[in-house]
This record gives sequence, structure tokens and C-alpha cells, in this order.
Amino acid sequence: MSMDSLHTHSHSHDDHHDHAHEEENFFTKYIFSQDHKMIGKQFLITAIVMAVLAMMMSVFFRLQLAWPMQKFPILEFFLGEKWAPEGVLDPNMYLALVTIHGTIMVFFVLTGGLSGTFSNLLIPLQIGARDMASGFLNMLSYWLFCISSIIMVSSLFIETGPASGGWTIYPPLSALPQAMPGSGLGMTLWLISMSLFIAGSLLGSLNYIVTIVNLRTKGMSMTKLPLTIWAFLITAILGVLSFPVLFAAALLLIFDRSFGTSFYLSDIYIGGEALTNNGGSPILFEHLFWFLGHPEVYIVLLPALGITSEVIATNSRKPIFGYRAMIGSMLAIGFLSFIVWGHHMFITGMSPFLGSVFVFTTLLIAIPSAVKAFNYITTLWKGNVIFTPAMLFSIGLVSSFISGGLTGIILADSALDINVHDTYFVVGHFHIVMGLSAIFGMFAGVYHWFPKLFGRMMNIKMGYAHFWLTFVSAYGVFFPMHFLGLAGVPRRYYSNSAFPMFDNLVDINVIVTVFAIIAASAQVIFLFNFFYSLFRGPKATQNPWNSNTLEWTTPVEHVHGNWPGAIPEVHRWPYDYSKPGEESDFIPQTVPYKDGEEDHH
Amino acid sequence: MAHAHTTTHVEKPKSWAGGTSPFGISYGKMMMWFFLISDAFTFSGLLTAYGFMRHKFTDVWPVAGDVFTHFPFYDGHIELAYVGLMTFILIMSSVTMVLAVEAGHRMNKNGVILWMALTIVGGFMFVGSQAWEWYHFIHGTEHGAYITKDNSVFHIVDAHGHMVKELKDGIGIKPANVHLVKGYEEHLIKGADAEKLIGESRWIQGANLQENEYGHSLFGDFFFFITGFHGFHVFSGVVINIIIFVNVLQGLYDKRGHYEMVEKVGLYWHFVDLVWVFVFTFFYLL
Repeated sequence: MSMDSLHTHSHSHDDHHDHAHEEENFFTKYIFSQDHKMIGKQFLITAIVMAVLAMMMSVFFRLQLAWPMQKFPILEFFLGEKWAPEGVLDPNMYLALVTIHGTIMVFFVLTGGLSGTFSNLLIPLQIGARDMASGFLNMLSYWLFCISSIIMVSSLFIETGPASGGWTIYPPLSALPQAMPGSGLGMTLWLISMSLFIAGSLLGSLNYIVTIVNLRTKGMSMTKLPLTIWAFLITAILGVLSFPVLFAAALLLIFDRSFGTSFYLSDIYIGGEALTNNGGSPILFEHLFWFLGHPEVYIVLLPALGITSEVIATNSRKPIFGYRAMIGSMLAIGFLSFIVWGHHMFITGMSPFLGSVFVFTTLLIAIPSAVKAFNYITTLWKGNVIFTPAMLFSIGLVSSFISGGLTGIILADSALDINVHDTYFVVGHFHIVMGLSAIFGMFAGVYHWFPKLFGRMMNIKMGYAHFWLTFVSAYGVFFPMHFLGLAGVPRRYYSNSAFPMFDNLVDINVIVTVFAIIAASAQVIFLFNFFYSLFRGPKATQNPWNSNTLEWTTPVEHVHGNWPGAIPEVHRWPYDYSKPGEESDFIPQTVPYKDGEEDHH
Repeated sequence: MAHAHTTTHVEKPKSWAGGTSPFGISYGKMMMWFFLISDAFTFSGLLTAYGFMRHKFTDVWPVAGDVFTHFPFYDGHIELAYVGLMTFILIMSSVTMVLAVEAGHRMNKNGVILWMALTIVGGFMFVGSQAWEWYHFIHGTEHGAYITKDNSVFHIVDAHGHMVKELKDGIGIKPANVHLVKGYEEHLIKGADAEKLIGESRWIQGANLQENEYGHSLFGDFFFFITGFHGFHVFSGVVINIIIFVNVLQGLYDKRGHYEMVEKVGLYWHFVDLVWVFVFTFFYLL
């Protein structure tokens, strides 16, 4: 991205956008920008920083799991004398790393980073709008996200260490400041950070929804929207409906922590002394948390599925298979995600009848999910497939979505889930179906829209190396975890060396850690590719993937208001690839129907 | 059937076809609607949590009618009279808000000023009443109650079923949530048993976040939290109303040509009232 060229273009004439002519300085352009494209980039860069931190944490605790209590100078180098004395990871720090790894990955990378980046970049560009409905609230949304990221990271540097009760922050560990070192100031910072995150996410989601409903260009009916936009819309609605419940849960938790209420606490003894808290129930917190927590899975996943739909159709040079079925299944997934939260709580003493209801609703999700998986495969079927890195990652997503989804069927069934609850089986399942799928979708999005984000191309060979190393080692990390889980190895334990029955599983842990290190190293290729291409990559053409959607009709250099002239009008759906009887194998949405041409979809 | 032309684009004004707002409203108003839906989920979460815990302790949950009996300038006890008045005031402030919005549609600046001012007054009256309600809840009754080590709350009653402070003035003790009417006499503990129980208990008065004289501690926790959270909404609503009111006075919306901002804060105000109807129902009436 050349600053000079951006500068000249920001002054290009635009009759429709007089306010865009205000003089821009460094701060209004790069820091307090109200331009959705810049805000998208800000989300992406912040998320990359957070992802690198969270990934390093995972390598640190994987070292401990593979070689328990061994000395690793690298741990002492990064964590210091206090948290890794002589290179041996401190147990409290182990729990903190696991907690913060999960928190950052789920909320800051896969919620804020994925939805924040691509909703911001693509919603106005793909629906044909000058910008988000409210640029100011959009800016505020990013800055709340940024401040919450800083607070979350800052909790790593306090004396008692960050929150360490797991990313689900179940009470009483999270409710009693004296429960463990991380339950004190670390937990307080966690709650402050997440409150800001929720506020930012709410502002962002409100903006995405009203922009999509109100600001579509002429002709862009709901059934001419690219599937990315449908995914972002449903994601935003899920966020608006589920995060407030987490907010309510967090407020009650704050009162339990600081003002002596007993919403989640009862009959607690610390050091033999009974606390005065009486009558509360930690199960109440779990209900409130998972009412958010399960839709959150789809908040993470749906944008990735939307991106994949777009990338797979473009690079198969075929219309997406079952466009309306894709929309319907996303709506069904969104609705069902609100009535399945109990499957996280089968072992809380829930009545088996209620459990069976949650089993049923959870298994129902397999139907729309399978519809989506088959639609991806049938789109690829006999397509003229072009293997760009984005395409590889999209196919990678289809793979992980299926293999993770299959273990989901096992976990949905309470009779089976109870046996593997809180074991590495669960860790393997959700890392594949939610972690890998979403991060693959994010990589696909970055590779595919890098030319739109930065006006340059990423290196394709490094992209291939990145994909194959990541794909193979990711399965290498998470697939063996299922066997650990079936053997009963519990998650979140500092070390399993005290249990002779797990002794024969040490090798599996070593393999997992080795693959984790390879996977982490592979991301260095991506980071190099990303930042090198940012400054030195070859200049992009306007429509490098011969794609139909509107964002490729905007100039390569960003301008305020997106289109220098009038906003284009839309005539057809976005998936007219390889249409029989047409000369070109793609027909952009802006091309009117010819006389006699049929609207197939 | 050679109808090749049926597929060419026939222009029909369709609300969802793009280029126009499908509901014919501005993005700001729609954002307010979605924000209110979101906020409704926060309150639903809280009220569901309240229902969950109340259901768990049905046997020992205080009856709101026994707790909120005060009325200003009146010495006797009338069940829920004051909260009824509060609710009426808040609903009336919604009515004045509707009239303000309506006056805005007619671009009647003075009308907007009058009705918004009354809305703000109503809002202040409600917040003040809530403070009064909290004061009496926190302050408690003259007789107070006894709380045992395992957090059961007892009252001393006299022969008429009235609560008194000292055992010598009464005939025995009863669990806090039980009415001493016909059929409940077996709950009464008398004589030496009563003295022993009182000896092992602590006298408490009023309510705080740890315990209260009316019964289960979670009753107080949820009362303070939910009415407090709602009160905070009302208070911020009053502040927002004042800001918009000042804008109206300065003629901002006259210049702008529409009073949509009044409509937007009106939406928020009605929502806050609606939430109170639920809080009132679940806390006081049920």
C-alpha cells in the first residue's frame, strides 16, 4: 500500500460525497478513521497481533504437556523467572495460558478479527453502499475492541497473573478473588475487557444489520446478495441477541465478586472457614454463559462459511449450488443455535429428560450443516477448479467442518458425551469444527481479498506452503486428541504424569506438540507473506479473480465513498459463472440481462 | 409458449429490491429498534435468572405484598400501594412521550416542549420513588427479624399475628415467609424452643446484599440488582430526554425539518416502561 497514491486518490472528485473532501491527516486517516475499509484493516491487524500472542501461548503449554516439568529456556525467556523458574512452567501460569489462549482465540481473533474485518470490508462494498450506516459508531466499535484487547493483554503483566479459571470463567473460581492467584486482579481485568468487547461488538453488529437492510443499492434484493453478506447479517443478529445475556451474566458475577451478593455462590469453604454466601448456584452462570456460548460458536463459524461460499463459487467457476438452501440452512443454524446450549451441561445434574430435549435440538443442527457441506461439494463437482491459496483454505474448511461435525454428533448425544465430557475429545472436536474451520475461513478471506484490502497481491507459492503445512499439522495436532479423550485424559490438567493409566499416552502428547510447533512455524510464512506483500507485492488488477461481486468494480486504490462515480446498479445474482451460451465465464452483477436471457436462480 | 420476454426485468417498486429502505425508516431508528431487542435480552437473562432462583426457593421466598407496604404520610400498611403509584406515574410519562412525538409530527415546537417537560418530570418522579422504595427496603421495619446460623429468617409474632420485636411481647416465632393465618399455626414455635432458637440467632433489620429481614437473601440480591439496573436505564433515559429537550428548546429540530430524534428517544422511553411492567409483574405481583 503506497501512502502517496492513497493520498492523491483521497482527493479524487466525487460529486456524491462532499464530506470526503475534508483534509485528512495521519490521525483521521489511519487512527480515527471512519472509513469502513480502513476500520476493516485495523480489525485485521489487531487480530493478527492477538492471534500471534495466543498461538505462542498454545506452544508454551503444549511444551509442558509433552514434556512435563522439563526445563525449557525459551519459557523462561518469554515468561520470566516468576512464571517459569529455570524454564519449568509454573502451574498457575499454565492455567492462565490456557485461559487467555482460549479467550483471545474465541473472542478477539475469531469474533472480533473475523467478523470485524470482513463485515467491515465487504458489507458496503458488496451491497453497493458508500460506507457503513454510521461511520462514527463503526469507529467507536473498533476502538472499544482495541482497548479491550489491550486490557486483556495487559493482564499478562500483573503480579498475580491473568485470569486462569478457563475461558468459560465458571464460578466459584471466577467469583471469589481469593480462590486462586488469577481470580483476583486478573479476573477483574478479564471482566472489564470483555464488557468493552461486548459494547464494541454490539455497536458493530447494529451497524452491520442496518447497513445491510437499508443501504443496498438499486436492484440488490435480498436474494441477489452474495452469501458472505447473508452470513454477516445472520452473524450480527446472533451477536445482538446472545452477547447481552453474557453481559447480564458478567454483571451478576461482578456483584458476586465485589459487593457480596450470592447469585452464583453457596456453601463455600476456604481454609476451613465457611463464607457467608448462601443460596446461589454456579449452574445459573452456566446457563447464562452457554446461552451466549453456543450462538457464539456460530458467530465464529458463519462468517467463515460465507467467505467460503464466495471463494469456492468463484474458483470453481460455477454458480454456488443451492443458493437459497444455503441461506435457509444458515437461518436454521442461527435459530437452532439458541436452543441447544444445554448440551454443554449434560453432567451438571440436568434431568435426563431435559437432556434428551437438548440432544434432539442439537442433532437437528446436523441437517442444515450437512446441507451446507453437500452444497460446497456439489459446487466443486465438475467445476473448473482454480487452486488459489484462498480456494485451498476454503476446501480445508469444508474438510474440517465435516470431520469436526462428525465428532459433534457424538458429543451431542448425552449418553456418549457424559463419557468424554471435559476430556481431550472435546478439545479436539471444537478445535477442528470451530477453530480450524473459522481460521481457515479467515485465511481464505485474507488471501482472496488481500488485493481489495491493500491493492497488492500475496505470493501464491508461499500461500501454498502455508496451506499445506497448516492443514497437515493442524490435523496432526487435533486428530490424535480424540484418542487421548477416548482414553479418558482430562482437559486443562497441568500434567498427567501422576496417573499411571495415562503413561502409554505420552507419545501421543509428544506428537501433538511437535505438530503444534510445525503449525506455529508455518504461520511465520503467512506473516512474512502478508507484511512483505503489503509493501512489496505486485500491484493488483481491479478484478484479479474474475469475480462477479460488486467490490471488484471499485478502483484498486481506495477512495472515500468506494465508487468515484455513481453507485452501480445491480441486475443479476452474484453467481453467474460459466453460464451456458455466454462468451465470458463470469458475468458481474452490474451487467443487465440480455434480451431472452433467463434468470436461472 | 414463446415468452422470452417474461424473464426480462420488469420494474416494479419493491420494498426489498434495494435502493430504498424496506421499512421506510432511517438507519438510526432501526438501530434503536435492534438495540432495544438486544437490551430486552439482557433483561430477559436477568429475569430468567430471578425466576430460576425463586423457583428453587419457593418455600422460603418472601411475599412482596408483605414487604412493600409503606405509603408516604400514612402510618398504616397498604400492600403494594406505593409501587402501584410509581408504575402509574411511569406509564403516564409514556403517554406524555407519545404526545410529544405526535406534536413533533405536526412540527409543533411548543407542544413538544410541553409534553417532553412532563415526561422528564415523570421520569424524575419515578426515579425518586424508587429511591424512596429502596430506602424503606434497606431501613426495614421496627420489629426486624432473627437470622439463624444456617440463614433461616424468623419473625416474632403476637396473638393477633402482628410482628413484634421482643419475645415477651409475642406468643412465639414463625418462619419469615409464612403468614400466620388459619392452617399455618403448626409453623409457630413457642416457649423454650423459641427462646433457644432466638439465643442461637442474630437480630437483623432491613436489607443489604448479604441478608435481609424479609426472608431469603437472594430476594434482596435480585431486588437490588434488577430494580437498580432498570432504575439506571430510567435515569439514563431522563438524561437523554433532557439533552433532546434542550435541543428542542434551541430549535435544532425545527431547523432540521423533522423531530425524529424525539421519536428515537421516545422508543427508548417506551421500552424502559415496558421493561418495568415485566419487573413489576414478576417481582411484586406474582
